[in-house]
Amino acid sequence: MDYAANLAMVLPEIVLSLGGLVLLMVSAWGGRSVSRGVSWVSVAVLMGAGIALIGPASAGGIAFDGLYNADLFAAFAKVLIFFAAAVSIVIAPRFFARTSGEDLRPEYPVLVLFSTAGMGMMVSANDLLTLYVGLELQSLSAYVLASFMRRDVRSAEAGLKYFILGSLASGILLYGISLVYGFSGTTIFGDIATAYAGAEGSTKIGLLFGLVFVFAGLAFKMSAVPFHMWTPDVYEGAPTPVTAFFASAPKVAALALSVRVAIEAMGPATGDWRQIVIFAALASIVLGAVAAINQQNIKRLLAYSSINNVGFALIGLAAGTAEGVAGVLTYMTIYIVMTLGSFLVVLQMRDEHGQPVETIASLSGLSRRRPALAAALAIFMFSLAGIPPLFGFWAKFAVFEAAVKADLVALAAIGIAASTIGAYYYLKIVKTMYFDAPAPAYGKSDSALEGGLIAAAALFVSPLGYLLIPVLGAWSLAAARTLF
Amino acid sequence: MTHYLVVSAILFTMGVLGIFLNRKNLIIILMAIELILLSVNLNLVAFSAALNDLVGQIFAMFVLTVAAGEAAIGLAILVIYFRGRGTISVDDVNRMKG
Repeated sequence: MDYAANLAMVLPEIVLSLGGLVLLMVSAWGGRSVSRGVSWVSVAVLMGAGIALIGPASAGGIAFDGLYNADLFAAFAKVLIFFAAAVSIVIAPRFFARTSGEDLRPEYPVLVLFSTAGMGMMVSANDLLTLYVGLELQSLSAYVLASFMRRDVRSAEAGLKYFILGSLASGILLYGISLVYGFSGTTIFGDIATAYAGAEGSTKIGLLFGLVFVFAGLAFKMSAVPFHMWTPDVYEGAPTPVTAFFASAPKVAALALSVRVAIEAMGPATGDWRQIVIFAALASIVLGAVAAINQQNIKRLLAYSSINNVGFALIGLAAGTAEGVAGVLTYMTIYIVMTLGSFLVVLQMRDEHGQPVETIASLSGLSRRRPALAAALAIFMFSLAGIPPLFGFWAKFAVFEAAVKADLVALAAIGIAASTIGAYYYLKIVKTMYFDAPAPAYGKSDSALEGGLIAAAALFVSPLGYLLIPVLGAWSLAAARTLF
Repeated sequence: MTHYLVVSAILFTMGVLGIFLNRKNLIIILMAIELILLSVNLNLVAFSAALNDLVGQIFAMFVLTVAAGEAAIGLAILVIYFRGRGTISVDDVNRMKG
């Protein structure tokens, strides 16, 4: 295959990297005065990258001698990632202008672009080297984003914790990669699968050790229990637009990457990784539900909610079938809309001076002061809890159906039981908004754009979302089939 | 071959313990992270030599490069943290709990 054909397959990442580099120069010379312009151009770059997915970038197959895989599965995940990244760029300028009293630094959209380029490489990785470099590009940008409000002590602490635990996770993942490489003699996913299929004796043990370390590292990145401990602190401390970004795009990337590694590189060892995935899924669901009950801070609560949701998505992976993978993709599509919507509502929580308010108690009586906002948050909460007829129910239904079809009935039953525990704290927020004595009112909404995004997200997770099921189901299944 | 793997496993364990047992100083945590990455590099190069395959050594080069970037970002975050709090003791990293 000639070089130009290879380059055509990585076009989205090329658009993102070049766009990011040019905008980095612009922001270095322009300073704060160009930040709004850089933000809008970044959104345009993300759209361009999305358009570049049409053609060889979504149907080209293996590129660069097996390093990179431009298939429909990667394209599906990339659409979600680009969308989430664009939303978290759009909501940032007003937040930073209000909170710190000075304009957003233009490096913010640039870092999001670099992080997105890394995520694009992650989901398209077909080799352990691509996996590692993509993951690090994503993580290194994310560490800086977490500590973006440099003068805020909590933001710096969030960045520090994220950096230390994220580096530890990378180290664990790398150690696993070195073992997998050593015992299989290759770093290309397809050849690793061959090695797993034929391994026996001490080679098999070495490969299994590698598998455990790799899954531990990946669980860290998608914040599945027992490697979740950084999540609440980082989500609480990081600026809200950054938290919205962390809760959406990198999660999709980490989950898609885990699915690809599990199916394409370690498919013959399904029986071995399934135990790990089932444990991580159940532990995440239960801990995410129980630990959230006593939280007073809405961002912390949403952090536990995200841990809980990763557990449900992992049930689809545990099934290990094309339906299960399609379930994961469906789940993540609906999840990022719900979670971005919730964080957009959190952005509206601020006092009359524009400073963010994060306590759940401040939501009291919101239904009387801001009925539309309260209704939107109620829809997101009901949907996250998986209550029909909202769209979040369909997400859970898709993964549970796949689990039952794969004869994992006990897993599905425990998952459903635990999701009722989770419903408690979602409903508590609704009760606070609708039945408690009113707290001091929030400052007025000043952005039609944020309001419009909230309305769009609420409409998507409302029963109207079910109209999308034929499209979403067909696309996610077609994307999942490319892995098998 | 086994000797290389044992040394690398010991280094890796020391690195992980260095992160969790250390109660004093954040700089020591950065050193522990470097130790973990070096143990991985040792592993990769040993396997590469044993397998007579260059990919492991190329991988080690990538790890070294990324480790340099990681250390730079880690120290930068440490500096802004120190400016805000005036301490880099591990026990004081506790503004958020729960």
